[in-house]
Amino acid sequence: MDHKRVIVLCGHYGSGKTNIALHIAKQIKSSGCDVAIADLDIVNPYFRTKDSAEELKKAGITLICSDYAGTNVDIPALPGEIYSLTEDRSRYAVLDIGGDERGALALGRLAPEIVKENNYEMLAVVNMCRPLTRDAASAVSVLREIEYACKIPFTGIINNTNLGRDTTPDIVTDSEKYVSEISKIMQIPVVMTTVCENVFDELKNKIPNLEKIDLQKKIFEEGE
Amino acid sequence: MSDKVLMKGNEAIAEAAICAGCRHYFGYPITPQTEVAAYMAKKMPKIGGTFLQAESEIAAINMVYGVSSTGHRVMTSSSSPGISLKSEGLSYLAGADLPALVVNVQRGGPGLGGIQPSQSDYFQATRGGGHGDYHMVVFAPASVQEMASLTVRGFEVADKYRVTSMILADGTMGQMMEPVDLSSLKSEYNPEKPWATTGTGKKREHNIVNSLYLKPEELEKTNFERYERYKKIEENETLYEEYLMDDAEICVAAFGIAARVSKNAINEARKEGIKVGLIRPITLWPFPKAPFEKAANKVKTFISVELSMGQMIEDVRLSTHDKANYMLCNRVGGMIPSPDEVLSAIRNAAKGGKN
Repeated sequence: MDHKRVIVLCGHYGSGKTNIALHIAKQIKSSGCDVAIADLDIVNPYFRTKDSAEELKKAGITLICSDYAGTNVDIPALPGEIYSLTEDRSRYAVLDIGGDERGALALGRLAPEIVKENNYEMLAVVNMCRPLTRDAASAVSVLREIEYACKIPFTGIINNTNLGRDTTPDIVTDSEKYVSEISKIMQIPVVMTTVCENVFDELKNKIPNLEKIDLQKKIFEEGE
Repeated sequence: MSDKVLMKGNEAIAEAAICAGCRHYFGYPITPQTEVAAYMAKKMPKIGGTFLQAESEIAAINMVYGVSSTGHRVMTSSSSPGISLKSEGLSYLAGADLPALVVNVQRGGPGLGGIQPSQSDYFQATRGGGHGDYHMVVFAPASVQEMASLTVRGFEVADKYRVTSMILADGTMGQMMEPVDLSSLKSEYNPEKPWATTGTGKKREHNIVNSLYLKPEELEKTNFERYERYKKIEENETLYEEYLMDDAEICVAAFGIAARVSKNAINEARKEGIKVGLIRPITLWPFPKAPFEKAANKVKTFISVELSMGQMIEDVRLSTHDKANYMLCNRVGGMIPSPDEVLSAIRNAAKGGKN
């Protein structure tokens, strides 16, 4: 799909932002454009974009993240390079933002430049199977808090409804009503639905803008 | 819609506690368990419960003492350095025979250590931590579903025997996400608490909750009686899982995240024809001595896979009367042994190697 120059991914804890950010960055790169991916998460201690550093380096994607991500330094730090995301307009920028209204504060300092350039997508990642966003109303209330902290209005929704390894095609089709309700309340379109390989084939002709994403590898997953 | 949701381990503990009827949470933030508190902060006000961020860990554990005295289900959670701070309170809870649930999502130590996962509080959890003769029932979940189900069980066991239950998880278990079936999370067991300080109604003598005994004879008597209860816990509440142990000549001992990594390594080793199995303690105290003792009749080598410098391995040796070979496969400081590292240890054991 076509992207604006700046793609911002926001959403509640564990909605799937990091894996989707990696997917979008890789897609842009493979279309021949330069892209940087920025891990602006200041709240999550584990499972960060930095875990994919090697893969990104191989793909030629610039990774911008705190030197302290994945270390024992437990402070909400951001690197100076984040300013290049707005200053260097020759490349795409994918921004992965932390999981709640506090995490979203990190985007605040880039927001005025992003809005001024006016070439951005601000995408809300939602998962109907997450406990605190199981219905449209509670999802919207979480998204409004994030939006307020970010100071950029959402422009679209990514439906990443999944139950991890227990995801079935039915769960994803059931979630269409949920996201269309969120879309109606927030007056923004559903721009993408993301699924893993195990259900992709069964859904590819049924759901518009369906994208197959890979997950970061973990050594303790069962059956590997 | 199914009643399955995708949860972080920390969230699963919080939701399960609510399902078990806990309406009182006291805590102080520390990575990597903060989501327990964050979840409680969002949910408790909506269901008429109490979420309170105390001024310190020491304050939080003593608030737990207070609520437990009134007979209500209550919990606190923290991570390694925070549990050290709570240790005095844990001893007082034991001394006053108060039921409570305490969660330790372990991080690297000693000292401030680090925020990455660890299992190096095994001694602290199973051998006391606080002062005096006492035990906690220590549960070691190895999936997000178990984070939830053992939380419910922890409350029930605590109430049944008037002891503290501890969920001893590690940072990875707290942070990882997996599907959880919420419909199974109910607590059917809610015993009367005639000892609670709920007001006499002028119908009975005052109940006193206390751990001070003026006469040594009385203190000795209570300690002996408490250990009779511990004996019953050892008989009735020990939990473990055996995996491919029927023909095993090598036995991996591992709990929590280390057991998950080990299972993957064992599956690989089996493909190479190595007869290896796993005993996964689910309760660390009481330690599942019986399956280890039985295994020692056939098993030549036990490999303890731990995120510590070798703490559980002592219980493995004790349970098997130190008559086999023992190897330690470990990473520490926030590192996790990889399946390949465990597999090399298994291959090494199969060749008759020793540590």
